[in-house]
Amino acid sequence: MFDREGTYQTLTSRELTHEQKLMGLAKCAENALEVLKIPPRTKHYFESGAINDLFEGGAPYRPRYILPDYDRFVRQGSKFLKLDPPKTLDELLFSLMILYRHVPSITNFPVYLGSVDKLIDPFLDGHTDAEICEKLRLFLTYLDRTITDSFCHANLGPGETRAGRLILKVEREIQNTVPNLTIKYDPAVTPDSFMEEAINCSLACSNPAVCNDPANRAPFGERYGVASCYNILPVCGGAYTLTRVTLTELVKEAESEGHFLNTLLPECLGLIADYMNERIRFIVEQSGFFESNFLVKEGLISKDRFLPMFGVTGMAECVNTLMKEKGKIYGRDKEADDLGQRIMDRIQELVNGYEAAYSPLTGGKFLLHAQVGLDSDLGITSGVRIAIGDEPDSFSDHLRHCARFHRYFPAGVGDIFPIAGNVEQNPAALLDVVKGAFSLGVQYMSFYSADTDLVRITGYLVKRSEMEKYRKHQPVLQNTTQLGSTSYATNHLEKRKVRMG
Amino acid sequence: MTKAPVNKIIPFSTVDGPGSRTSVFLQGCNLACGYCHNPETQRLCNSCGACVSKCPAGALSLRDNCVFWDDAKCVSCDTCIAVCPNRASPKVREMDARQVMAEVEKNIPFIRGVTVSGGECSLYPQFLTEFFTLAKPRGLSCLLDSNGTVSFSAFPELMKLCDGVMLDVKAWSTQTFQSLTGGDNAVVKENLRHLSAIGKLEEVRIVCLDEKVDAEAAIRGIAQTLGSETPGARLVLISFRPFGVKGDFSSLLSPSSQRMRELRELAAAAGFRRIIVK
Repeated sequence: MFDREGTYQTLTSRELTHEQKLMGLAKCAENALEVLKIPPRTKHYFESGAINDLFEGGAPYRPRYILPDYDRFVRQGSKFLKLDPPKTLDELLFSLMILYRHVPSITNFPVYLGSVDKLIDPFLDGHTDAEICEKLRLFLTYLDRTITDSFCHANLGPGETRAGRLILKVEREIQNTVPNLTIKYDPAVTPDSFMEEAINCSLACSNPAVCNDPANRAPFGERYGVASCYNILPVCGGAYTLTRVTLTELVKEAESEGHFLNTLLPECLGLIADYMNERIRFIVEQSGFFESNFLVKEGLISKDRFLPMFGVTGMAECVNTLMKEKGKIYGRDKEADDLGQRIMDRIQELVNGYEAAYSPLTGGKFLLHAQVGLDSDLGITSGVRIAIGDEPDSFSDHLRHCARFHRYFPAGVGDIFPIAGNVEQNPAALLDVVKGAFSLGVQYMSFYSADTDLVRITGYLVKRSEMEKYRKHQPVLQNTTQLGSTSYATNHLEKRKVRMG
Repeated sequence: MTKAPVNKIIPFSTVDGPGSRTSVFLQGCNLACGYCHNPETQRLCNSCGACVSKCPAGALSLRDNCVFWDDAKCVSCDTCIAVCPNRASPKVREMDARQVMAEVEKNIPFIRGVTVSGGECSLYPQFLTEFFTLAKPRGLSCLLDSNGTVSFSAFPELMKLCDGVMLDVKAWSTQTFQSLTGGDNAVVKENLRHLSAIGKLEEVRIVCLDEKVDAEAAIRGIAQTLGSETPGARLVLISFRPFGVKGDFSSLLSPSSQRMRELRELAAAAGFRRIIVK
């Protein structure tokens, strides 16, 4: 049904930029169509909040996350965009800027920009560091000011390159929120000195995050990318859709642990699988995306490399609710963590039993993803993280907890740690911690210095100074500032436990 | 096993040697440096009881004429340390190597080594030997942070296990050392020679404070002692800071950054190539 009031509010807003209004209005139009079959029980769980499709809209007309094969683009150029394969650094950067403009996603911006160091490195011969840095500065500034949504990700590593080192250098200096950067780290490949530079960059500007490369190669081999908020997805493909179960809300209907595990979870997760299949079928069979989009025609993406992500969030509250009488806390008490593991085992078992449409790459399976959250999530802790304020005093206990729960999520999971400011003088110390954590199975970690302007909210970055502007009702360029300021205030992110102090 | 008084254990220290390390601070020192930034580690508690009534959390009590500290009630406000007339702390636990190692184990695999500091760790050579005997097979590097007033050559077994000593040279002339610390530095100089000769000098430190520390003489003296080893030695010049300091020195000012630059240049001229100014 057409939402007249919401449409009018969007259209007349004083806080949204023109572009944000346009996209809001497009969403109102999309949602006026009722093309998906949604059974009454599914509607019930949508209303209770146990099922959430993360604003994907009522009539999906493009996959949620798209990871083009940028290597191929650089090799062949693009007929549709009338671009020859780039021969110089300038041509490369311009070609990428043009292509990024045409990569859709759920946010209408590209969520994945490729392994930018590997793309750029072959074009550096004959340029001085100073020349390259100047070009990178313009390139990165263009991205930050035109991709006005922080759910955008570029990758680095695992090998050390001159381009990688220079990107870190420029990134540190310009302190942008877009794109997010992730370095793929393989202790067997990535030199310590390069990782120490990356960690120092991370303490200076909250980028890059660190991805456990050997662990994340497992699902699709080397051709994976980190997109949006810690989504591990196949390159030359992506994710059709992501719907999540919000355990925080589902558990409210539970009469007991048994009722939760054996009645509520099977019903709710089954409905989510059906709902995602309904979305996939509409994208593939009705929307026309795969027949018409030039990315498909030019081989930069391929339908057989898309898959559905099965999101899980709110484990902390779910466990704490079931443990209420015993007063045990997720992340602090063994009994609570053991229950968390039983819940994850059950979710894994159920999700592996569902058949996903049009997903040959995963053998017709949905892939689990620890979803990091929405601005509207009040009192819902991201994914399987420990609630802020309940973190164990010991950093090693916290990391062991991460390792225990990360292993369930091939399509992405991550934890965020504010780090004491003085660690900058000894980045090797933080690298030791990363090595230890990855050896135990932690899949992804991000850091920020406890006293920086750039704060990681649930996965994306926002500047404290920009949030301050938004709170004073001034328009701000990036929509994620709006999401971030609500989340920062309501979820008390300032109370995250600072580590290594 | 031998017990030693443990003031605290920092699970992830980033300032006590290379990489991430668990640092163990032992209680009791044979010097009393004017600029000591943790003077509460200098002496053992004499159970005078002055702190007991001042504890806001009721975590301290007198039992059998000894001050008893209840870890569970403690809120770590450090009031007891502030009011102690004896430069001690009631929050000290007597632990043996196995107990300390049990604490260290919790931080494996997130650390690359352990560092024992103080107080003065070399007052407890037997404990250190036992502790490093347990730590070494776990793949941990073992460092000591010492004022060098106990002769390391007397403990060859310990030195075999120890990967290096971070040696605090403090002052060069006997008189300056005496008035700064109340002790004698003949053994410090001997240790400097010995540790360098056996390849176990992890770093040499000087806390710089004009008029109280003869930093120039110390830099030159260390370079002369180390001879051809000087370029490879890590020299750390630490600017005095009044943080945590008790007594007369607490009102002194830090040396200017210009002064620290001059000392760095002097060290470079004396032959040091690995100079860190903090």
